[in-house]
Amino acid sequence: MTDWLTPAEWAAVALSLKVGLWAIACSLPLAIGTALILARGRFPGLQLLNGLVHLPLILPPVVTGYLLLLTFGRRAPVGAFLYDVLDITLAFRWTGAALAAAIMAFPLMVRAIRLAIESVDPRLEQAAGTLGASRLWVFLTITLPLIAPGIIAGAILGFAKAMGEFGATITFVSNIPGQTQTLPSAIYAFLQVPGGEASAMKLVLVSVALSMAALLASELLARRATRRRQA
Amino acid sequence: MSISVDITHDFGGFQLRAAFEAGEGVTAIFGRSGSGKTTIINAVAGLLKPQAGRITVNGSPLFDSAARIDMPTHKRRVGYVFQDARLFPHLTVLQNLRYGARFHRRPTLPQDDIIQMLGLAPLLSRHPTALSGGEKQRVAIGRALLSAPDLLLMDEPLAALDTARKDEILPYLERLRDTAGLPILYVSHAMTEVARLANTLVLLENGAVRRAGPLADLLSDPDLAPLIGLRDTGAVLTARVTTHHPDGLTELACSGGALLLPRVQAAPGSPLRVRIHAHEIMLSLTAPTGISALNVLPVTVEQVRMGDGPGAIVRLRCGQEHLLARVTRRSATAMGLVPGLPCHAIVKSVSVAQGDVGALHSTA
Repeated sequence: MTDWLTPAEWAAVALSLKVGLWAIACSLPLAIGTALILARGRFPGLQLLNGLVHLPLILPPVVTGYLLLLTFGRRAPVGAFLYDVLDITLAFRWTGAALAAAIMAFPLMVRAIRLAIESVDPRLEQAAGTLGASRLWVFLTITLPLIAPGIIAGAILGFAKAMGEFGATITFVSNIPGQTQTLPSAIYAFLQVPGGEASAMKLVLVSVALSMAALLASELLARRATRRRQA
Repeated sequence: MSISVDITHDFGGFQLRAAFEAGEGVTAIFGRSGSGKTTIINAVAGLLKPQAGRITVNGSPLFDSAARIDMPTHKRRVGYVFQDARLFPHLTVLQNLRYGARFHRRPTLPQDDIIQMLGLAPLLSRHPTALSGGEKQRVAIGRALLSAPDLLLMDEPLAALDTARKDEILPYLERLRDTAGLPILYVSHAMTEVARLANTLVLLENGAVRRAGPLADLLSDPDLAPLIGLRDTGAVLTARVTTHHPDGLTELACSGGALLLPRVQAAPGSPLRVRIHAHEIMLSLTAPTGISALNVLPVTVEQVRMGDGPGAIVRLRCGQEHLLARVTRRSATAMGLVPGLPCHAIVKSVSVAQGDVGALHSTA
């Protein structure tokens, strides 16, 4: 397996996996919280929040990447703060790639989780309340287990999206081999040099395989969740 | 243990004004659909916040609009059995039963007793999806009991079940009423259930309490017949099994005399509650002979209520208790039925359905 891919190709695949995992691990709790607010919240401005969350889905990725650069660049307001106070640099680092990937995957995760939350019968939560469970406990023992398949499905879908993110990533963190060169960036780079097609094709296959696996897993979990609810 | 409710709530066009007290045993809240029954127990559970009023359990308030007290649901210690069971689909029966236990030090009854009383032992490892409607409802009752509630709320727990499943659960509810020792608010629009289960009856009409009091008193009041429904009107007698006859009849003793009914599944000596529909009682001025009906009870007319239509409801004294008979106004006039008149109430054995005979348990 390792012989099949050159070290450079491997680095791109490994970096993509790392970026995808970190992006999802860090943004998942936030996505659950946002989905909860969107599914259950009742306040003016809810639609605005909904629009904001979905914006990366609609905007050209290069715009998202540029906006990230404007916000999180070394001299940009938030980026400067992170660098000066917390010694964190995002622009042109793999951490920045993770941030860009997380933002692009966020709407997909929120949508999947929100659908799961909306399908939870609030009367079950009421029943748990009458049995003595506080709202937090109801969430942990009733809501969360019931939406778990939706969360997992959302996370898988988000992970696939994060791994394949290109436009925002290349704009925000560029395409530095071994540093910020993720799978799609590497494919793009290989296509720019003569004789790079073979490497590009291998990475394309890896990419297709990973995406298909993620989609199948997500679909399987969604179906399992539906079955449980209907039974 | 007692609970006191006095609330008002306006739904925009529909006003609920309910005030009543309930002690141990079953207090049935009876009324037509839309009369506000469920609203009342949702307010007791804290699932709905009434606009004004006060709800107290043993004197301490769960809700008091004047004092701005509105205890959250999970602190109210009310067990709630919903019409649709609402078992948690991702938990087994045992996990469902134990869900409320962690919030309390000690259940009112030991877990094993409740499992045994409700016949849940064979179901414990199953998931709710593998249960029948009746089984689900039994689990829901057990789950509510094991949360160590101060009172139990039941919202038409049998309404979604067919007759066979109802008959399966009613005996459990009777035992619960007589042995659990906690107040039960039981919402229903089915008089058969109410007549079997209730100790106290709260009659609701258009969002207001029309009457509240002991079940036997209200069911033997001719003035309430229109509200209860003419086909459902009928008083209840308490009786005791004396003999099982070899021809399939069971003989009961009530204060007004002996009753022969089709086989009742209860040991001699067991106390029972028997509901006799008003339209199943025939009246005769003289002791009839040569008729097929087996039960002829000596009674005294106490009240005659002429209806707006062709019917009349007659309240009869029968020993220490009362019966209601529904006859035509023509007969009532022809027979000269007036208070104080002695006559005979004729009841066909087969007119008392099995579902109208309920068990009473000694409070142990």
